[in-house]
Amino acid sequence: MDKVIVAKDLSLSYSNNEVIINKVNFSIDSGSFVFITGASGSGKSTLLKSLFGALSFKHGSLVVGGVELNNISGKKLNFLRRHLGIVFQDYKLVREWSIDKNIMLPLLINGYMKNVANAQVDKLLKHVRLNHQSGKYPYELSGGEQQRVAMARALAHNPIIILADEPTGNLDEYSSQLIWNLLEGANNQLKTTVIVVTHNIPKNLNVTYRHLHIEYGSVHEIC
Amino acid sequence: MKSVRNHLSLVIALVSILFSLQLYFVVERSIDAYKKNLSNNYSVIAVSKESLATEDIKAMNKLIANVAELSPDNVIKRLNSDMKNTNIELLKLSLPKFYKLSLAYYPTPKEIKELREDLLKSKSITKIEDFSHSHDTVYKLLLLFKNVVSLFALVVLVVTVLLIFKELRIWQYKHNERMTIMALFGAPLWLRSAVLFRLAIVDALIASFVTLGSFVYLSSSPWILEQFNNIGINVIVFDILNDFLMILGVSVSISILLASLIVIGHKEEV
Repeated sequence: MDKVIVAKDLSLSYSNNEVIINKVNFSIDSGSFVFITGASGSGKSTLLKSLFGALSFKHGSLVVGGVELNNISGKKLNFLRRHLGIVFQDYKLVREWSIDKNIMLPLLINGYMKNVANAQVDKLLKHVRLNHQSGKYPYELSGGEQQRVAMARALAHNPIIILADEPTGNLDEYSSQLIWNLLEGANNQLKTTVIVVTHNIPKNLNVTYRHLHIEYGSVHEIC
Repeated sequence: MKSVRNHLSLVIALVSILFSLQLYFVVERSIDAYKKNLSNNYSVIAVSKESLATEDIKAMNKLIANVAELSPDNVIKRLNSDMKNTNIELLKLSLPKFYKLSLAYYPTPKEIKELREDLLKSKSITKIEDFSHSHDTVYKLLLLFKNVVSLFALVVLVVTVLLIFKELRIWQYKHNERMTIMALFGAPLWLRSAVLFRLAIVDALIASFVTLGSFVYLSSSPWILEQFNNIGINVIVFDILNDFLMILGVSVSISILLASLIVIGHKEEV
């Protein structure tokens, strides 16, 4: 199976030189579903940030989707990010844009025609059960609904990897279940690699997953 | 309403800068026109022992635009009732020559002094009347008016620039979030900044049209026209096409500079 992420002797630290992740080695197969867990402050979100190039590093090598992230140029990073779908705990929706425009963002960046993008947005709004909210702004929706919009945006351009940072951290049970279903669906039907940082792995998942645990700067394989 | 508020902060700041700048140019042009009027009515009288060629006098100082010899007839007319014609002719020959010098423009007191010195270098010229007292008073009044307006424009400019820099932090915060989100999905820099530059150009256009409209209204106002007529200024102090192009250029440049500062100062915060 193709490796979609390969980390070799990867060390991550913040600007104060405090080492968060220390010389870790791991790889992730294409089409797999991976959970990254760990205590608060263990570095799981830091590791996820490094996967989409939001954190530069000095030591080791990290290849995501065939692109080496060490000393990556802005142009190459943009190219890589166009093939990723990212979901954040705080949704990161553009407040002054309608939810339709938010979902359309990766489509327009990837050069989709406006009419194709519009049709895709309609499809996605139905998929995340928000078609009745079309045209509304993020602040008019509940937290769970906003996270579904963020999920729709992450899925819009059929990314090769979905990176989710505690996607259900602030949500109620119903909204959380919807988010897990969407992530399962992407993995099962589209064979998208899904990497989720979370505190709690849901029990009723219909996917075979891999569990990586971060502790004291090292990555341990749990299952 | 929110969209209007978004535009208003930059538009007001730009209008204030453009207004002070345009006001400065209008005053500058009015003073120039007024100086031209004054220079037309202002002349220096030079008294010479012997007759001098017009070109020789002109060559003495670049300020001298025209030279006219004053006829002594008016003075002699007062005396001629008791004098014979031959005596009058003899008197004419013994009288000094008077020259009226018209100047190219309204000079500064320093230029007047230099002119006086240059003319007195000639052995023939014995006396200069430059009406320096009345000249100095008018010139100082003009200078005072110009300085007061320039100072006012400068204060408005400085205060507005300070306000803009304060606003810049708010704009930076407001646009940073959208630019970060767009960057996370791989948007190139031009696409991330497009909204900002579009907003800046629209605001620059609005501010330019507001300033243009205000000055068109003011320059055609009967009260303003009457004030200009009263001091003898009939030139156009507001040139719609050229001034609009200048206003637009300044406005767009400031807006683009501000947008660029926001783009340069953008930090991806995830």
